[in-house]
Amino acid sequence: MRQSVRFTLVSILLVLLLVACNAAPPATPAADSSSTATQAPTTDSSDAEESSGDPVTIDWWHISTEEDDSAMWQTLADEYSAEHPNVTINITVLENEAFKSNLTTVMQAGDPPDLFQAWGGGVLWEYGNEGLVRNIAPQLEGEWKESFAIPSAVELFGQNGEYYGVPWRWGAVGLFYNKDLFEQAGLDAEGCPATWSDFLTTVQTLKDAGITPISLGEGDKWPGHFWWVYLSMRNGGEDAFLAAYDRSGSFADAPFVKAGADLQQLIALDPFPAGYLGMSYGDEATIFGNGEAAMELMGHWGPGQSAANSATGEGVTNLGWCPFPAVEGGAGQGTDVLGGGDGFAVGKNAPDETIDFLRYLTTEANQRRMIEGAGMGPGVIKGTESLVTDEWLRSVVSARDGATYAQLYYDQFLPPAVGGAVNDAVEQIFAEAATPEEAAQMIESVAATELQP
Amino acid sequence: MSPGPFRITVSNHPMEVARQRRDFSKALTIALFLLPGFILLFLFLLLPVGQSAYFSFYRWNGLGPLEAFIGFENYQRVLSDKIFQGAVSHSLFIVFLSLLLQLPLAMGLALTLVRGNLRGNRIFRTIFFVPYVFSEVITAFIWMYVYHPRGGLVNSVLGSVIPGYEIQAWLAERDTVMWALFFVLTWKYFGFHMLLYMAGLQNVSKDVEDAARIDGANESQLLRYITLPLMGATIRLTVFLSVLGSLQQFIVVWILTEGGPVNSSELIVTYMFKYGIQRLNLGFGSAIAVILFVMTLIFSLGYQRTVMVQDYE
Repeated sequence: MRQSVRFTLVSILLVLLLVACNAAPPATPAADSSSTATQAPTTDSSDAEESSGDPVTIDWWHISTEEDDSAMWQTLADEYSAEHPNVTINITVLENEAFKSNLTTVMQAGDPPDLFQAWGGGVLWEYGNEGLVRNIAPQLEGEWKESFAIPSAVELFGQNGEYYGVPWRWGAVGLFYNKDLFEQAGLDAEGCPATWSDFLTTVQTLKDAGITPISLGEGDKWPGHFWWVYLSMRNGGEDAFLAAYDRSGSFADAPFVKAGADLQQLIALDPFPAGYLGMSYGDEATIFGNGEAAMELMGHWGPGQSAANSATGEGVTNLGWCPFPAVEGGAGQGTDVLGGGDGFAVGKNAPDETIDFLRYLTTEANQRRMIEGAGMGPGVIKGTESLVTDEWLRSVVSARDGATYAQLYYDQFLPPAVGGAVNDAVEQIFAEAATPEEAAQMIESVAATELQP
Repeated sequence: MSPGPFRITVSNHPMEVARQRRDFSKALTIALFLLPGFILLFLFLLLPVGQSAYFSFYRWNGLGPLEAFIGFENYQRVLSDKIFQGAVSHSLFIVFLSLLLQLPLAMGLALTLVRGNLRGNRIFRTIFFVPYVFSEVITAFIWMYVYHPRGGLVNSVLGSVIPGYEIQAWLAERDTVMWALFFVLTWKYFGFHMLLYMAGLQNVSKDVEDAARIDGANESQLLRYITLPLMGATIRLTVFLSVLGSLQQFIVVWILTEGGPVNSSELIVTYMFKYGIQRLNLGFGSAIAVILFVMTLIFSLGYQRTVMVQDYE
């Protein structure tokens, strides 16, 4: 009896104390986010661009792990701090995948870095909707915005008149190929396959010559999603995608199914390295860089990565670039381009100096240094388009600038759940685990709940 | 105290009052000592569990306020998702194979090392235990290279031994991936169970075993009727730890396959991380977490009440 009295006493005491200490926490998630939402406009309205002179720290996360690139960022940061002694810039360099998972965590905690890698599109807009990024429109509008050569890229960093960041590099996805291996297989190393069936013939010719036609690391999923997305673009054009996006159409519509069927034709030729379903993009870059496979469908960063991963450190020396082939009878044009690039977004708690620093990073003079000094092109600022010297990079830039329709990577443009569903569905096609119809339906079922018209 | 029918009560005795005071201060002391632990338990265990349960009734991307109350829809979606059903079956695959293969292996090695009187006992004990000491991330990276289709150890060795061997991507084939992962998990954790068994064996009295020998028991009878029953408590504990560990497995599998290819090595926790956290569906993810919590809770309570109860006496 006495024991149970004591126990009750102890328990009551503990509970009382805990209630006293913890009355607040369960309410915090909602309270926190609403307070950030109300807070964002107030910080925005202070358009004092000039630094006040108080010591401030800018936390900057970028994903340029290659040595030259990250050295260039460090140099620019050091120079800026030297000019503005009150500004300290803390750089965190993260590998792409690590960056994405770390950013998700800090975003959910409501504590984004001041300046961070962003690709624009739906993912960034979602942060914008929740007030996790700062609106830099007051500073951007005018001279700064007009200095960009590709307005469509800048638009991807904002919505409804707000802007959360700017791009600093913009490219296009296309077919990189190893000219030496093409010649070895008796193919024309200067011409591009114009149509999907020409392309399939090219693949078969390489295969017959004993060369692995295409490098792919489908374990990471996004490298493979380029194939399906390009085929959807070629089959359905801009209209099919926009209809599916605004819900007047569907991702189960014919062009998306046809894209899967076209992809199956390619997979049937067995053009990828052994074990590609389990390999990473790093493996893909290594294989292409070592000249063990003839082609790679990749963005403008591909050659840099495959050079870094290759045994010689130089990658493919005799490199060519082709736009993705047209699909016969498709609604899309051969000049429609899937692309995207890198930019930086400004976190909600960033000091004003962050925006000034971002502007500093995208001045024409600094873009010039980035491109000429570290090969960090293709640039986005007017007057830097002509700076690229590599023949393949010039092809990328002219495809980008001449695009009849520019589509951002699906997994950045669409909300994360839909982008993830695209990657999953395409992986299933590659693994021959789903038919084109099933894959399209998988994407549509997620899009139906996630995309509100 | 006013005179009345309640006047004569035990508590009014001065000795009793003093004792009650002592009791109260004792209770206060106990409460103060328990408080730090209880706060930690509350903040980092009870509160998050409660929050997850709360979140699981909303459609929520983890960024904005909780607004879209959807009742049990998240649970419905989880339970009817084929990928989740696959994840549960893969987790159970690991659970059962661990019990059937990993624990007997650990027991066999423990018996050999403790009773075997081999030379180099200590060296082997260390070698077998080392994988457990490695962090899970390091383990996963080691095995990533071992299984790698391009010049990985397994393929190189098999290639040089078996003529005409074709390179296998062990982690990229849907038929082999779970077995390949199970092998890694066994390599990683058997040393831990072996160590527990070795400790358990120390407690089995030599006298009893010798007595059985004198009575004419041969070695297999000795093992069957004397040694294993005397190690019952240890075995029951390792089964408990092994099942819970298997259900909660994440790091090794995530690094090696991320649940792929095509969800064929998806476990409950990788499923939760991928579809709940990475894709910003925190309400959905919370529902998965609650389901896993209920599964492990039912197992823990059931197992402790029925099987382990004899060890508490």
